[in-house]
Amino acid sequence: MLNLSQEVLALREGAWNKTIDVRDFVTLNVSPYYGDASFLVGATERTKELWRICLQAMKEERDRNGCRAIDTETISGITSHGPGYINKDLEVIVGLQTDELLKRAMKPFGGIRVVEGAVAEKGQQVTQRVKEIFDYTKDHNNAVFAAYDDEIRNYRSQGILTGLPDNYARGRIIGDYRRLALYGIDRLIEAKEEDKRLVDGEMTEHKIRLREEITDQIIALKDIKKMGSMYGLDLSRPAQNSREAVQWVYMAYLAAVKEQDGAAMSLGNVSSFLDIFIERDLAEGFITEEEAQEFIDQFVMKLRMVRHLRPEAYDEIFGGDPTWVTEAIGGQFNDGRTKVSKTSFRFLQTLYNLGASPEPNLTVLWSQDLPEGFKEFCAQVSIDTSSIQYENDDLMRLVRGSDDYGIACCVSYQELGKRIQFFGARVNLPKTLLMALNEGREENSGQTLLEGIPSMEDEYLNYDEVMSNFKKSMVEVARVYSKTMNIIHYMHDKYYYEKAQLAFVDSDPGIEMAYGIAGISIIADSLSAIKYGKVKAIRNEEGLTVDFEVEGDYPKFGNDDERVDEIAREITRFFSQELAKHKCYKNAFSTLSLLTITSNVMYGKKTGATPDGRKAGEAFAPGANPMHGRDEHGAIASMNSVAKLDYRDAQDGISNTFSIVPKSLGSDREAQVENLVGLLDAYFGLAGHHLNVNVLNRETLMDAYEHPENYPQLTIRVSGYAVNFIRLSKAHQLEVIARTFHERM
Amino acid sequence: MIKDGLLIPQEVAQLNSPTSQQLRVHSIESFGTHDGPGIRMVIFVQGCQFRCLYCANPDTMDVRGGHFLDIEELVNRAVKQKPYFRKAGGVTVSGGEPLLQRTILKKLFDRLHEEGINTVLDSNGRLIDQHAKDLLEVTDLLMLDVKHFNNEWHKKLTGLSNTSTFKVAAHRESTGKPMWLRYVLVPGWSDQEEHLHELGNHFKNYKTIERVEILPYHQLGVHKWEALGMEYKLKDVNPPNAQKLEKTASIFRSYFKDVRVN
Repeated sequence: MLNLSQEVLALREGAWNKTIDVRDFVTLNVSPYYGDASFLVGATERTKELWRICLQAMKEERDRNGCRAIDTETISGITSHGPGYINKDLEVIVGLQTDELLKRAMKPFGGIRVVEGAVAEKGQQVTQRVKEIFDYTKDHNNAVFAAYDDEIRNYRSQGILTGLPDNYARGRIIGDYRRLALYGIDRLIEAKEEDKRLVDGEMTEHKIRLREEITDQIIALKDIKKMGSMYGLDLSRPAQNSREAVQWVYMAYLAAVKEQDGAAMSLGNVSSFLDIFIERDLAEGFITEEEAQEFIDQFVMKLRMVRHLRPEAYDEIFGGDPTWVTEAIGGQFNDGRTKVSKTSFRFLQTLYNLGASPEPNLTVLWSQDLPEGFKEFCAQVSIDTSSIQYENDDLMRLVRGSDDYGIACCVSYQELGKRIQFFGARVNLPKTLLMALNEGREENSGQTLLEGIPSMEDEYLNYDEVMSNFKKSMVEVARVYSKTMNIIHYMHDKYYYEKAQLAFVDSDPGIEMAYGIAGISIIADSLSAIKYGKVKAIRNEEGLTVDFEVEGDYPKFGNDDERVDEIAREITRFFSQELAKHKCYKNAFSTLSLLTITSNVMYGKKTGATPDGRKAGEAFAPGANPMHGRDEHGAIASMNSVAKLDYRDAQDGISNTFSIVPKSLGSDREAQVENLVGLLDAYFGLAGHHLNVNVLNRETLMDAYEHPENYPQLTIRVSGYAVNFIRLSKAHQLEVIARTFHERM
Repeated sequence: MIKDGLLIPQEVAQLNSPTSQQLRVHSIESFGTHDGPGIRMVIFVQGCQFRCLYCANPDTMDVRGGHFLDIEELVNRAVKQKPYFRKAGGVTVSGGEPLLQRTILKKLFDRLHEEGINTVLDSNGRLIDQHAKDLLEVTDLLMLDVKHFNNEWHKKLTGLSNTSTFKVAAHRESTGKPMWLRYVLVPGWSDQEEHLHELGNHFKNYKTIERVEILPYHQLGVHKWEALGMEYKLKDVNPPNAQKLEKTASIFRSYFKDVRVN
């Protein structure tokens, strides 16, 4: 129990003392902060010196083709590597994934072949010993393909289903890392042992699996204690002061990123939790504001140094070597108080103290009721750094229920410690439409993937016929998508179970099956063109569509025009409901996202011409954004169109990216801040779900494209995520520049 | 394509048909942040008689161009944007020259007021008649573009005289309703200090002038001139530098309390 810390901190007691309940602890003890940013301080000399070392290491990383070093001998796990330091004397928060800064580790249980390939691409080799281990065991990738049928394989190879986590770790699961700081390992093991005792009686498959999972979690907790002791930390007990609270939370997170290399490994919502410890220490005079900021700066610095070993093909999909260490900041309690604390400000302040950065992926939970001082600071930080994204806290609490949630990956609500999600990547919906127009054949290969789609031979496309075929196609695609997801997650649980993360989650959590769609704006515009204009299909000798001629004008998504916006909303609803008809593994609840991250470029490359006039190979718009250059009435009309998509149909998130030059936000700084706050209030007031905000000059981007060495920290927000501009491929960079800039003449 | 110079009066007059429910519009910008206070929906109307050499929107000059939009459609658009307007924002009508469509705009502004939406008119003050006065009566803020104080220079710059602009200003002053003056600063054309002082002296006692905005000349519209096959005569004129802007602002500040560079 919390002996010492409880005395010192004089914390308010509640349910959290009896059961594992961090939310209760935070609700009872947090100090909401209604002031402005004036209390914030800069980085300490120690922090600055440490960051200089990190910047140098990142430069070496770039010089070595994006990978500073690899450990090719060790399978990474919670205790696989001894302690690592940036500079031990300067670090107040310690811990690295391996024994050396930016040295990447192998996590082969997702798929040994992918790891071998990634290592080979860097001119090195996985040691024989590690290879041999997989002669005797199976990895997730092998297991999934053992269960896949031909239909799934075809959908996958033809790019209908894309980015599936079937050869890499699924990620997205958020451990409630605060639990380690509040309870310590021993108490958490005690609770897990108790859970396991309760799983008794007739041994169903569910119970057997659960007993095994809890046992694995207990093993992980014991390992985390060992990992702590390597750094001289006694994690068996709760954190006793603010530095320990930060350190303990980081240790829990570190265990997760040593064991797993999931596509997205979010942190959760730790700032206001940590604030409770910091405020107590400040009140007692144990620490100064400089020290409080130093803890957060150094914690964030560590999060920025998280790396995973990725193959080059992965980078083609998810440009910029992302890790999605997403931290949700702000929001309101359901009781009406704000969750904003001084430490919410301190997290944002790291963007000044350490400079702009895509990681950790700082996500502000925006409520109409957030304190004005916080709203203004967020807007200011956005204008200065482009390193914040925003999500609608009022909407998510209303629809999803809990006020204690993090953001999984880019945009997805996840209740902390109570629910998890199974990442489902996404369906390429424009390719689905093209199958509907081509008798069920994939448009490039001519391979038949869908049976029973009537052929369309008329020169001009007929809306009713197209809709009928398209709906049939969506029904079939949903069926195949659903079975694919079930296989992937069954196998991931079996062969690459996230024991370190799930040790910090309730033992039998609720689950979301997070499906996704790419290309909704192309679908809306294509169907609108067919309905309101005239679309002539150009077919080759095999009868496959190769191009479309659009005659006459038609309403385009992104102009606040109900005629087309309604199509986007209805198709999303239709597909979402179709997916929900299928039974999910572990009785997961079906959700859907409209999100592409940076993969909109790659999806575009693989997709033939579409009836909206988009040529073969042209990039999709990111997330739920309107297509580039088709939003003719500026930012608000564009945002209003996206806001009309119903979050209830896409509860995994509706991503929207807004890019603007500073001058277009307002003529002076004061107006810019005020207008950005107004824009966010209004967009979220209209039930928009998510907004990336890029405040950048096209000139800056062009110069960074030409001279990347001058812009090591330039951050760009794409759908649901931020990246270092210079770590994007040249193709991605050009796409970002070409993207709608809402520039005003 | 249109040529320099005056248009046939009948065509201009047609823009102000009292029976019409439609506005001749060039384009709509939903996120206007430089044309009046707050976040504004800016309706750029089609048609203008001025031929300002530096015009950034020469494609709005032709009174026969653009497209018609129903007043109700414009009101609907504005209503959908209301959450963004908050306290300060609203709708700005710019152009082109809005006064050419004054009767229709009066109807639009009346409807916007019914919906509780603030109205701003961005005008060069080309004409003043009863219809224009009626429109100004329902204009919450007039942004009057004074192109030049000196009539000869004004004619050189715009092709027309500035007499009417001053009449509009005087009328606005008589109504007691707020106005901003806007002044495009073109090096070598509208930056002569003596004329800046004359302008200051002329307006310094106006009680309705809440703000003076200096709009630095820029060349972002040049490609439109080329696309329209029209000759852009200020190719060699560079945008004013910071020093020039500050100098101009300081002159204006000796006459007006709120002077800003937009």
